[in-house]
Amino acid sequence: MNWVWVNLDLVAGRTLDHLVLTVPPIILTFLIAVPLGTIAHRYRATRGVILTAGGLLYAVPSLPLFIMLPAIVGTSIRSPLNLIIALTLYGIALMVRVVADALASVDTGVRQSAIGVGFSPGSVFWRVDLPLAGPVLLAGMRVVAVSTVSLATVGAVIGVQSLGSLFTDGFQRGIQEEIVAGIVATVLLAVLFDAALVGLGRLLMPWQRVQAGGSAVTRARETA
Amino acid sequence: MNFFIAAIAWLFDPAHYTGAGSIPSRLLEHLGFTLVTLVFASVIAIPAGYYIGHTGRGRRVAILLSGGLRALPTLGLLTLVGLWVGIGLEAPYVALTILAIPPILAGAYTGFEAIDRATIDAATAMGMSGGQVVRKVEMPLGLPLLIGGLRSATLQVVATATLAAYIADVGLGRPVFEGLKTNNYDEMLAGSILVILLALVLEGIFALATRLALRVVPTASGLQPDLTR
Repeated sequence: MNWVWVNLDLVAGRTLDHLVLTVPPIILTFLIAVPLGTIAHRYRATRGVILTAGGLLYAVPSLPLFIMLPAIVGTSIRSPLNLIIALTLYGIALMVRVVADALASVDTGVRQSAIGVGFSPGSVFWRVDLPLAGPVLLAGMRVVAVSTVSLATVGAVIGVQSLGSLFTDGFQRGIQEEIVAGIVATVLLAVLFDAALVGLGRLLMPWQRVQAGGSAVTRARETA
Repeated sequence: MNFFIAAIAWLFDPAHYTGAGSIPSRLLEHLGFTLVTLVFASVIAIPAGYYIGHTGRGRRVAILLSGGLRALPTLGLLTLVGLWVGIGLEAPYVALTILAIPPILAGAYTGFEAIDRATIDAATAMGMSGGQVVRKVEMPLGLPLLIGGLRSATLQVVATATLAAYIADVGLGRPVFEGLKTNNYDEMLAGSILVILLALVLEGIFALATRLALRVVPTASGLQPDLTR
């Protein structure tokens, strides 16, 4: 415990580094995966390609991806940007399937009646599909957020500073407290992100509070 | 593209095919390591998952465990166990087994839970004992989801076994870390390519196994096996 108090500045600094690495990928994932998942849902021909590509990308181990990315997109291996791109790719890989499934789970009757009362295709998407898919999307984003926070620590072994640097540094110098502090901080950050997403969900989907625990959502949360 | 050509040249350099730490021996190490960890984890997780799925007891704990372990950073666990146990192979084995347990556990118990209650009731009504229901109904019907769980665990272990080279002299992570230390990008990239290929091949094998299992086991529930992810 003593180590933490003496090195509070270090932990705070690495936490800040960690935020810089993880917040952009989480936001980018949502912004890219929603349109991509929508395309996969709407156009049958693209569905197989997009979902298979996502599945394969998700199967690629993180450290090799961090190392291979510079050869493909020309980033520097030790730059935070390299890690941000890789983490975004993982987020998208996980999220496109969720988006496609969430849109498919929207009741056709509800969509038909929206069209029947004169909704334009655009408003069907924004005011019917997206809100009704919302809870499943939220469940998916919670998984993305937690795994992004945890994955970012791997960057430490290639020299991108984050809370993971506490692991590598603690291991090399034999300081157990440093590693434990890093683990605790990472888990806390993940919990914090998760809580923030839940709060955001309540704010954007106030109707959820009334019918809490919809079956599709609970299922997605448990199995995702 | 030059990087890839150099990395492929590294991969085909005959010097990397003989002696200690040659490409084939690293590949075998990585595979063996993955297999042993999966067996350890399965021995613990499958019976436990079946128990949870059959009795419905301990479900909350299982959900909490699999959710909580997703947040646990693998590198943190590896380095911590590494400090405790010391440099060597024991530390990565322990850490990787811990990481592989939750997905297998989830695959085992969700496999049981996804079965239509009426099917199990019918089996009981026909006079099957509890043990017979488990062996003849629940285990075969739960197979596709269990394979899904094993698939996630395998991905996790193959990836983390690469990181294990940070604390032990093992597997395809070795050329990656050697390259990092000596600033030899060709070597790191070559190692990375090998790990990615291995992961994709294993993923392909599991995709095939799932398809086969689904053909043998007509799951009425229509659950997709990769829901366990």
